[in-house]
Amino acid sequence: MIYFFIVLFLPLLGSVLLLFFNKKDKLAIKSTALAFSIATFIISVLLFLSFDYNNPGFQFYFEAVWIPHFDAGFRIGLDGMSMLLVMLTTFISPITILSSFSAIEKRDKEYYVMILLLQFAMTGVFVSLDLFLFYIFWELILIPMYFIIGIWGGKDKLYATVKFFLFTVVGSLFMLVAVVWLGFYVGTEILKTESGFTTNFIAIKEAINFHQIPIDIQKWMFLAFALSFCIKVPLFPFHTWLPDAHTEAPTPGSVILAGVLLKMGTYGLIRFNLELFPLASFEYAPLIAFLSVIGIIYGAWMSMVQNDVKRLVAYSSVSHLGFVVLGIFSMTSEGIQGAIIQMVNHGLSTGMLFLCVGMLYERRHTREIEEFGGIAKVMPAFTVFFAIAMLASVGLPGLNGFVGEYLTLLGAFKSPFLNSWAYTIFAATGVIFAAVYLLTMFQKVMFGTINNPHNLNLKDINKREWITLIPVVIFIVWIGVYPQTFLKVSEKSTTALVNKLHEKKFGGKPYVLKLDNINKKY
Amino acid sequence: MYDLVIFIPLIPFLGFLITGLFGTKLKNETLIGTIASAAVGISFILSCILFYSLLNQHIENPVIVPVYTWISAGSFSVNISYQVDHLSVLFSLIVTGVGFLIHVYSIGYMHNDRSFARFFAYLNLFIFMMLNLVLSSNFLLTFLGWEGVGLCSYLLIGFWYDRKFEGTRIIWTGDAGNKAFIVNRIGDFGFIIAMFIIYVTFNSLEYQTVTELASGSYATYFNTGIMTAITLLLFLGCTGKSAQIPLAVWLPDAMAGPTPVSALIHAATMVTAGVYLVARTSVLFALSPVSMTVVAIVGVLTAFFAATIGLVQNDIKKVLAYSTVSQLGFMFIALGVGAFSAGVFHVMTHAFFKGLLFLGAGAVIHGLHEEQNIKRMGNLKSYMPTTYKTFLIATLAISGIPFFSGFFSKDEILWYAFSKGHWSLWLIGVTAALFTAFYMFRLLYLVFFGKERFDHHHIHPHEAPKTMTVPLQILAVLSAIGGFLGIPYALGFWFSSHPNMLENWLEPVFKNAQFIIYKTSTHIEIGHKIHIEEYILMLISVGVALLGIKLATDFYKKDELWTVPRKLATNNKRTFSLLYNKYKLDEFYFAAVVDPLMLAAKSFFWQVFDIKIIDGIVNGLGALTKDIGNYVRKIQTGIAQNYALLMMAGIIVIIAVIIFSS
Repeated sequence: MIYFFIVLFLPLLGSVLLLFFNKKDKLAIKSTALAFSIATFIISVLLFLSFDYNNPGFQFYFEAVWIPHFDAGFRIGLDGMSMLLVMLTTFISPITILSSFSAIEKRDKEYYVMILLLQFAMTGVFVSLDLFLFYIFWELILIPMYFIIGIWGGKDKLYATVKFFLFTVVGSLFMLVAVVWLGFYVGTEILKTESGFTTNFIAIKEAINFHQIPIDIQKWMFLAFALSFCIKVPLFPFHTWLPDAHTEAPTPGSVILAGVLLKMGTYGLIRFNLELFPLASFEYAPLIAFLSVIGIIYGAWMSMVQNDVKRLVAYSSVSHLGFVVLGIFSMTSEGIQGAIIQMVNHGLSTGMLFLCVGMLYERRHTREIEEFGGIAKVMPAFTVFFAIAMLASVGLPGLNGFVGEYLTLLGAFKSPFLNSWAYTIFAATGVIFAAVYLLTMFQKVMFGTINNPHNLNLKDINKREWITLIPVVIFIVWIGVYPQTFLKVSEKSTTALVNKLHEKKFGGKPYVLKLDNINKKY
Repeated sequence: MYDLVIFIPLIPFLGFLITGLFGTKLKNETLIGTIASAAVGISFILSCILFYSLLNQHIENPVIVPVYTWISAGSFSVNISYQVDHLSVLFSLIVTGVGFLIHVYSIGYMHNDRSFARFFAYLNLFIFMMLNLVLSSNFLLTFLGWEGVGLCSYLLIGFWYDRKFEGTRIIWTGDAGNKAFIVNRIGDFGFIIAMFIIYVTFNSLEYQTVTELASGSYATYFNTGIMTAITLLLFLGCTGKSAQIPLAVWLPDAMAGPTPVSALIHAATMVTAGVYLVARTSVLFALSPVSMTVVAIVGVLTAFFAATIGLVQNDIKKVLAYSTVSQLGFMFIALGVGAFSAGVFHVMTHAFFKGLLFLGAGAVIHGLHEEQNIKRMGNLKSYMPTTYKTFLIATLAISGIPFFSGFFSKDEILWYAFSKGHWSLWLIGVTAALFTAFYMFRLLYLVFFGKERFDHHHIHPHEAPKTMTVPLQILAVLSAIGGFLGIPYALGFWFSSHPNMLENWLEPVFKNAQFIIYKTSTHIEIGHKIHIEEYILMLISVGVALLGIKLATDFYKKDELWTVPRKLATNNKRTFSLLYNKYKLDEFYFAAVVDPLMLAAKSFFWQVFDIKIIDGIVNGLGALTKDIGNYVRKIQTGIAQNYALLMMAGIIVIIAVIIFSS
């Protein structure tokens, strides 16, 4: 339990502490930020080890009511899926910070304050078991991210950051309305609490599990939540903020955006949309699966024609996240397990691609593919890392990407909800296109001879960069070779969810609503 | 005992780790080469041990050796697990045996290369992946190997990444590597979808389970859409890996890689993975006559068209590449007519003689300082006697001269094609065999006979070092006598009732498929009876081979000026250029698929749809909000009279509404 609190609050503590540093003392600021994030990671490993993956429910549950009048409280807990995503966050953060040492060249203090604050907010999103708290964390993310892109970004940073902000805010406003309505409905109609309102996620979940919300209302609720999450993912056609944000963000910003932030959307889809609105999910699954298949192909096509390496990788995210959403809305164990592992995978491999692109950018201050060529000769070690990241992203078996893509496609293929092979068949073409855009880019950037004199004296990666990349490679290979370490963590909670969905759709034993049990259970 | 199988792939993997991680530090070519070769050599010995125990111990079902659970989610679960049976051990022997020889050869060939260690790391990785492909007990691990060998092929084609290579839209060797990988991915797409259908149909990806279920109730599955879908999709994967029509385009460009790579990957082992897969899933193919027909037709067309292209090529490796495509076509003919063991037999003999041909070509290229154009060679037999002799043996073998290995395997295929009632397959096949004998002897004459057409001042041809010639000699012996493993009944009836040892060996693997074909076929099975036709056909094939050789001799050996072929080329310009440009298949794909797709993606989807429409709407909404704000702002004039006026107007309207509505 104590580990859990440390993992959540240590970054915040670090962030606050950094405020009192002298801003000229850059080394101290950097090393403190790094120390805090590494400490958080270590504690999160301990947390991971004490996590019982045979328990499908929420663990380390903690509750403190804030506003009794609305029954809004500080409620946190972890199940398998959120455990993995918290691990992803604590893992990516030190790597991001390490890569910031060279990528961030001004206002260091503010930057590291922001990045630790961001880590706190991201962890918060994944552990919240209260809609009110979730909403706060969800919006809190925007503040540091807004500044990270807006201050430390590239030349069109303002356009990008405003676009990012507005897209997200529009989505989350719908979510806010839905949260309020849901809290009110559950509080007055089902649970009949004193205040007539609640944001207690578990109570809401249990309540509407027994006492189904009418389908018409579910549909509206579903859409409001889904819009917010799909923008974040981003699902086609809500994706246009992503290439801009990625391209303009500084390297660590892109890493964290791809690595963790996008996962909040897919996380939300599983946690709220599937969990709370099953009937609407059945209804809309084909539509969303269709959009994700479009996104897979469309994102890949966009990537094929980009001249800017970073924009190429950004569009590839649209394609890769399409697999995740497809897996989720297959509503099968295979699909959802695949989606969860694919969230982690995408964080690792795309995060690493951004790191590599950043390393090139720091050396050449350009990301135009045409400017490069023959880099393999001057940067042999870098080439190996870049190649691994690329191949993981291509979905080569033996590396992480394959496991996720395969399971999501399999899930979609056998899904009784989608009930068509077409989704998988079209989505699988994305695997071909991924090879096209990534290999072509790699060929143009790394192979051939050096024609541009600026590239002649590029330095191969240094020690710090080695240390940044090695841990990612370890996990890329680990998940590819032995994914069970991670798959089994979320297996039980996924199975529980899928069983529930299947029961709702295809019948099962009738349930009796027992209000008291819900409260006693936690 | 059979648990040893785990080490067969594992040891080359260790070799990969050592050479890959520490290779640059070792700096000692002999040491690196020895480690890498030894790794493969040990695997070969282990394969021999397995072979020996299979020989002495009759096993009814394959021995499965599970290692650990790889991926499991929901009801889906698949292991890393290996399978010991007659087919997997045979392939393992070919891969490690020929692989070992090529490793040794490469020590000499890659001498002084800047990235010597990297080369051997890739080679070991390749062997590891290839062994996973053939030893796996399930589709998914095979797929890992399948993609893994594709990766190694990609890495090795572009091994000299700073060298140029000529080809359609290809500038660098790496472009050729990309092409290979991407074209193969199209095939892999088929493989993946096939696996999904197999999984939902049989609820398993294990070969043994699928085979048992499918053959157990073959009557239910026979000729169903699902079986046809599975097998056609699998076969799409095979056309990619084994370079068959329509995905054959990548193999000729794969010659951009170092020559030992062409020998190992693009001739002897990887490209036969497609044959392996069909053989491994023979039961499924036997259940779908449609797919069998498709396999045979694709095979025969590829065999024929690739052979015609081979007639006019001038690059020594290109000729061999088209020859490989063509020979792979022969293997698929065999599979398509249900002669699975004949197909596998040809895989084996082809690994010997084509591996040898490529290695010989490598020795030639090496001796001539990277010259590959056969029109600029000639009379090398006086400079490179060993290479010449071994090359000659391989050429005789591939041309189908009696008692060399290719004779037995090719003839078996053609005989099966005929005897199962497909005389048209036989006819086209024989024509392709004619072309084969012709282009191979053309190659032999242009390279080793005639005038010396290379530049004497700069090029001093020399025989290759021992590390290169010894593997050539070993392969020459195998090419010469390897065929005796598969003596047809018609020739061996006098000493045994089952003289075809290879067929006997593979019998347990294919018995289910043969049973299904036997049960479902209307054609009467021939069995072991002597047919006079068989001798006639045999004579025809030999005659055809001799005819091809005679034509080549007349055209290229007797006549130093090559008058006839030149005249033929000038008189049939269009045909010649069509052949020379490989039927313009590359150009067709670019014009029909690649270019339109890229154009649509760039000028419509990106620049119009993404930027103008989606972002246009988003920015438009932003602008709209701004405009409305600007507009409405004007009401806020700050003049009290205006507000009072508006207020009055409002009150009047409200009163009016109240009055009129009541």
